[in-house]
Amino acid sequence: MTEPLIFELSKAGRRGSTLPPMDVPEKSLDEMLPSEEIREKPAQFPEVSEVDIVRHFTRLSQLNHGVDTGFYPLGSCTMKYNPKVNEDMARLPGFAHLHPYQREETIQGALELMYESDKYLSEITGMSRVTLQPAAGAHGELTGLMIVKKYHADRGDHKRTKVIVPDSAHGTNPATAAVCGYDAVEVKSNQYGGVDIDALKDAVNDETAALMLTNPNTLGLFDENIEEIAKIVHDAGGLVYYDGANMNAIMGIARPGDMGFDVVHLNLHKTFATPHGGGGPGSGPVGVKDFLVPFLPKPLVELHEENNQYFLDYDRPKSIGKVKGYYGNFGVAVKAYCYIKGVGGEGLKHASENAVLNANYLMRALSKDYYLPYDQTCMHEFIVTPKPYKDQGVHTLDIAKRMLDFGYHPPTIYFPLIVEEAMMFEPTETESKETLDDFIQCMSDIAKECAENPEVVTSAPHTTPVGRLDEVTAARKPDLKWKPSN
Amino acid sequence: MNYVPNTDKDRQEMLTTIGMSSMDDLFAHIPDNVKLGRALKLPHSLSELELVRHTQNLSKQNSNLEEFSSFLGAGSYEHFIPSLVNHMLLRSEFYTAYTPYQPEISQGTLQAIYEFQSLICELTGMEVANASMYDVATALAEAASLASGQTRKNKILVSSTVHPEYRQVMQTYAEAQGLEIIEIGYSNGMTDLAELEEKVSSDIAAVVVQQPNFFGCIEQVEKISEIAKKNKALYVTAVDPVSLGVLRSPAAYGADIVVGDAQSFGNPISFGGPHVGFFATTKKLMRKMPGRIVGATVDDNGRRGFVLTLQAREQHIRREKATSNICSNQALAALAATITMVTLGKEGLKEMATQCINKAHYTYEQLTQIKGVTGKFNAPFFKEFVVQSEKDIEIVNSGLLNENIFGGFPLEEYYPELKNSSLLCVTEVKTKQQLDDMVNAWEGLA
Amino acid sequence: MYPKDLKYSKDHEWMKVDGGKAKIGITHYAQDALGDVVFVELPEEGTSFGAHEGIGVIESVKAVSDVYTPVSGEIVAANEDLLDAPELINEDPYGKGWLVEIELNDAAQLEDLMNAEEYEEFLKEEE
Repeated sequence: MTEPLIFELSKAGRRGSTLPPMDVPEKSLDEMLPSEEIREKPAQFPEVSEVDIVRHFTRLSQLNHGVDTGFYPLGSCTMKYNPKVNEDMARLPGFAHLHPYQREETIQGALELMYESDKYLSEITGMSRVTLQPAAGAHGELTGLMIVKKYHADRGDHKRTKVIVPDSAHGTNPATAAVCGYDAVEVKSNQYGGVDIDALKDAVNDETAALMLTNPNTLGLFDENIEEIAKIVHDAGGLVYYDGANMNAIMGIARPGDMGFDVVHLNLHKTFATPHGGGGPGSGPVGVKDFLVPFLPKPLVELHEENNQYFLDYDRPKSIGKVKGYYGNFGVAVKAYCYIKGVGGEGLKHASENAVLNANYLMRALSKDYYLPYDQTCMHEFIVTPKPYKDQGVHTLDIAKRMLDFGYHPPTIYFPLIVEEAMMFEPTETESKETLDDFIQCMSDIAKECAENPEVVTSAPHTTPVGRLDEVTAARKPDLKWKPSN
Repeated sequence: MNYVPNTDKDRQEMLTTIGMSSMDDLFAHIPDNVKLGRALKLPHSLSELELVRHTQNLSKQNSNLEEFSSFLGAGSYEHFIPSLVNHMLLRSEFYTAYTPYQPEISQGTLQAIYEFQSLICELTGMEVANASMYDVATALAEAASLASGQTRKNKILVSSTVHPEYRQVMQTYAEAQGLEIIEIGYSNGMTDLAELEEKVSSDIAAVVVQQPNFFGCIEQVEKISEIAKKNKALYVTAVDPVSLGVLRSPAAYGADIVVGDAQSFGNPISFGGPHVGFFATTKKLMRKMPGRIVGATVDDNGRRGFVLTLQAREQHIRREKATSNICSNQALAALAATITMVTLGKEGLKEMATQCINKAHYTYEQLTQIKGVTGKFNAPFFKEFVVQSEKDIEIVNSGLLNENIFGGFPLEEYYPELKNSSLLCVTEVKTKQQLDDMVNAWEGLA
Repeated sequence: MYPKDLKYSKDHEWMKVDGGKAKIGITHYAQDALGDVVFVELPEEGTSFGAHEGIGVIESVKAVSDVYTPVSGEIVAANEDLLDAPELINEDPYGKGWLVEIELNDAAQLEDLMNAEEYEEFLKEEE
């Protein structure tokens, strides 16, 4: 089942909308524009009726799998349920229809929401202040490293050109370091998947600007040496950066600030239940300890105590500047604010506890049929591999594709790179025991197929709208847009 | 509220299954030193009714654009949003999905992005477009970085008629990346071509302008393009996509990279975010383009399908050799833009742009008939323009606010030489009555 | 799989020396490790490189690899056929899949390279 392109539904003369008649005197474009600047050939937008459009996009939606469709245990992505009330709240006219350049007296509610969000996220992470400006996790990473860079420059320390990144890190970490003008230095993980202390000691020196770390790490394991790790880096004059992708494991249980981290980014679209939107928009707030607050992007929202009025503070001479237009993805921040407000402090801890319980329950069950490379208590996610079925020629990709036939979204696959054929599962706290039990049964059935009838797995999927797609041709001969036939 | 379905009994059963007795056992391996050991100092949970009541009250402390007549633009625009857009966005198969890593169950998102890329190419005339960027400001910063990598030069010329916030973001990125941003002044509201000629050289990676520019003026793009090409610098431009209903496409005047904000199509202003940046370029630069890209291909049965492609450029493969760290797009905001663009259609886009330019010109003419109000520049403009007032512009705007009108954007903060000057925006959503009311209110203050 | 008349580098490039010039490509092992090649970026003719400098990039769907010249010199030819048919690298790595031709400016550098036997030995050690 495939759907035509909207362009292929076009018929000359059809309209999907109309505007009111022009109610001011109309001039010809020649009177208002230099003739050479007037467009000759209009953009070939499709000509379709409203019902065409609604059916087209409804059918497209039906070709998608979302959290509302079914279980989505995509590791490191925290695909938890997105509460509906938060969608409604972000669409209130008093939030959705605000202009960023309105006068401060007309936006007190929005500023209060930003101010309170800063306080909440600071408390959750153990940081002093949080900026909401970065638009995504990777954008938060970049902002965080820019702050690190400015901090060292401000001290007149220009030797620090290196950022240390473990080999288990998200690809964005080394990429961000490079984009920020640093050399990324990779350190090996130890046999437990944590940072190898000796390797770290060897890598750290007076050229170290920062260490970027995820804790729990990408194996879903809490690094118990975290205090020592932070001390090693601090003693060398470097800062410690927290990649908040895995924050859903530890809310109300442990805080990056207390572990020794100086800068953190959060993903509101993971931990704080705002929808991923098929790739965005997200939001990647960045929190810092006291001594880094002057470097945060501007503006920050502050409160005039005397008249109880909130204002945008641009008077921040040491700030790195702006990393995005206006104040960040405010609409996303509204949803996260409502999530925190709705579940409360105790609800956040409850969420993390249940995320960790669900992960351990699922890990123990799957380890009966799959290989568990790190056999210890996991946090909110874990890794297993199809090693037992290697001889049958079954790979991780095949198992992932077979899961599609049963209506499940697969785990994150082939990541982290340090585990061969990794499958990384993150069930989240919003799944019930029944859902997990059904899924465990399905994974057990697939394991049986791998052993007895591997073909059905290696040729999967069998029931999806399209089969496996030719990615080689797509990359060799890129077809990136519809082309008009005339 | 609580979105955890498991009951105490479920939890006990699960703990027993994994050989633990309490929830604390799950966290026993975390060193006590780093455990919080107290409750988070956050408010207690609320029921849905309480949450809605609280949040509605907070939202009502803002004056919103539905109740006030706004003449603010400056990069965030009120345009007609068809009802069907929100209905489609609320299809939760779209909004509760992740990035389309498994194409077999993500064809909806992938095809919608392919259609978005196609529409952006049609609009700009460019050969390729990506799946969208955070916003236009970050898109410009990425464009500068691409230009520098491509030309192996590190100086970027940026017109001072580019939105001040976009320039600030470019500056922040440039500092981190070791690029040098050099500004070009303006004259009569347009990029000063003499100064551009003077500052351009073969050391320049890119010339960056905005069309229409921050003041709403139409730049002399052909001449700027010639100057850039002569010096082998890339021509990077930010554009207002609605303006392309009447204005020449950037491809026609030789732009190498075209960025813009598609917020104008179907996305509420939302206090400045989320918006949706777009990024379009030439085939030559295709494999250097940042961000996600969707391509058409076929499946094992020869059926058309869509995949994320050209991924070898990206951070998860290239890691420390990547030239951008972007690993997401603004898919849902791009979907809103896609739906709006096709709802407007070929005729609707032109009609929207024509109404904008006519209503803006009508307003300009009415306003400048007021004693003490003059047009600041006499360059051609699209939907925004600058007027100067003899009266303190803050007092004017306060007076307008008393009449439930948001006046224009005072320019002095960013351009100290433009005292008492105001940037006003007029789009198709305003009626003649609203325009006349604003003019009358302003006149009443004089 | 590893022709005797070629020289090999530790970065898995081969060189075919012909007088003062040499063709450079990637080995069977390298193309197999990359998988289906989808795009090749080559240097412009007339550009000079030092030994072990990156001269281009080879992309597959899942990986990307820099190509280093084992020796210094000036590029005198680049295989333009690869721009439209990058799969030649997979299909014929030692023939139609060649990348560039370089004019050597220091023939002594060739002595650092391996012969086919040594390269195969090197591959065994790598695994």
